[in-house]
Amino acid sequence: MSCLKKCGAPSIEELRASPGFPTEEDYKTGNIAVIECIEQIPCNPCETSCPRGAINVGNPITNLPTIDLSKCTGCGICVVKCPGIAIHLMDINYNEDSAMITIPYEYLPLPQANDTVTLVDRMGKEVCEGKVEKILSSKAYDLTKLIKVSFDKKYYEEIISIKRI
Amino acid sequence: MGEASGKMNNYDVVIVGAGPAGLAASIEAAGAGARVLLIDENNKPGGQLFKQIHKFFGSREHKAGTRGINIGTELLDDTEKLNIEVMLNTEVCGLTPDKKIWIIENKEISREITAGKIIIATGAYENSVQFDGWELPGVMGAGAAQTMINLNRVLPGHKVLMLGSGNVGVIVSYQLMQAGAEVAAIVEAAPTLGGYGVHTAKVARAGVPFYTSHTIKRAHGKNRVERVEIVQLDSNWKEIEGTEKIFDADTICLAVGLTPMVELIWLAGCKFTFIGSMGGYVPVHDRYMRTTVDGIYVAGDVAGIEEASTAMEEGRLAGISVAYDLNLIDDAQAEKRIEEIWTKLDSLRCGQFGEKRKTAKDRILEEGEGMILCHA
Repeated sequence: MSCLKKCGAPSIEELRASPGFPTEEDYKTGNIAVIECIEQIPCNPCETSCPRGAINVGNPITNLPTIDLSKCTGCGICVVKCPGIAIHLMDINYNEDSAMITIPYEYLPLPQANDTVTLVDRMGKEVCEGKVEKILSSKAYDLTKLIKVSFDKKYYEEIISIKRI
Repeated sequence: MGEASGKMNNYDVVIVGAGPAGLAASIEAAGAGARVLLIDENNKPGGQLFKQIHKFFGSREHKAGTRGINIGTELLDDTEKLNIEVMLNTEVCGLTPDKKIWIIENKEISREITAGKIIIATGAYENSVQFDGWELPGVMGAGAAQTMINLNRVLPGHKVLMLGSGNVGVIVSYQLMQAGAEVAAIVEAAPTLGGYGVHTAKVARAGVPFYTSHTIKRAHGKNRVERVEIVQLDSNWKEIEGTEKIFDADTICLAVGLTPMVELIWLAGCKFTFIGSMGGYVPVHDRYMRTTVDGIYVAGDVAGIEEASTAMEEGRLAGISVAYDLNLIDDAQAEKRIEEIWTKLDSLRCGQFGEKRKTAKDRILEEGEGMILCHA
């Protein structure tokens, strides 16, 4: 039984079996978009919003997205454009000990830069604490905020978001 | 009948329902030069669009990545530019096959108007389920809760239990959390979750537990919901004794499907077919959204439950075929636009979720076959 259709969130195995999810080698290449889109739904804003043409959905638009990471600069446009809130950025070499995740966030109140926040996994389980490095906001984001949080890099595959404040 | 309002009583096209389908239809029909009246029983046009604060799926032509509220604003701007007459707080109480429409304005003035063509885009209403305590204050439709938080800015409760894991259930759960409520659980009677995985994933990561093969057994509370008891179901949908769980909750939201609001279409004498996955009885129609009664068209959820993106496309189809049937646009123009829109509809009706809707729509269209677009 699929974890996604039973518990609501995809398992790491389901994600690894999908074309948009990075391999271990991919993660080492820098700040990259991690696409967690494993169901064929009619949707392609990730593809049309990417300024570098790194993401491909093609025809029909129910295809799962693929990404050419050599073109991905980690700009985060696809992260705010994805209506499914299913893309984040991950930089596992933010510094020696820390990784940095960039998450789309649509709750209030917002944390502030330098706040300590709790990071959660895909089932909402608290995993570790992290530090808010930056909050990005722009008219083009249409109210979605991008929050950059650094945390202990050993958890990079588990972390998906922050706990609501 | 009060005829004192001095308003016009005769229109080329009357559209019942100013939601996504009705608005899109009015824009196409009026854009082609028809004199259009748009009627809605609510005090604002837009239907469900203005409570859809999430970004839409689809492709660029479907306004993907744009929030529903902003799509609604764009459509309203277009209706204003085209000077489309919009009659709000107005109920359509009856209509006849010869296009006489009985309306009541502001619950006071009863009038009859006539139309050359009628497009019915009345949408749908929420289904309910019964359990002990379902009559307690605090039990409501998920759509009602969504109206409260996103249109009226009122939080219906602080701790919500959602019944139903289709897209409505999971989207409204997310929006209830955005509005400041806590979601205690999402309960689904089927063995697997119904909604898009991306929607379930975003509430799962917020810590909301899902209970598949479960349903609500009863709601407890003195003057309102205080606790909810859920129970597991076996493969025959029978409750398994001893599996009850109790949650503290002050609100129960029911997201258990929608039923097309087809009463006016029955009144008009249109032919129906029963398709459970489309919400029950749906009017037979052709690919131009024409029913079996000449001059009566349908669009949106009333023609089978789907979503706002498909409703807008169907509205455009209905608007264009009305314009064509009124001799306002020619064959070539009409066919070109109709083809374009069908391509967009087909792209929305594919993939593991869309296929089912496409198959159901094909069944409706099959029954409507032989109703070939031609001038009367």
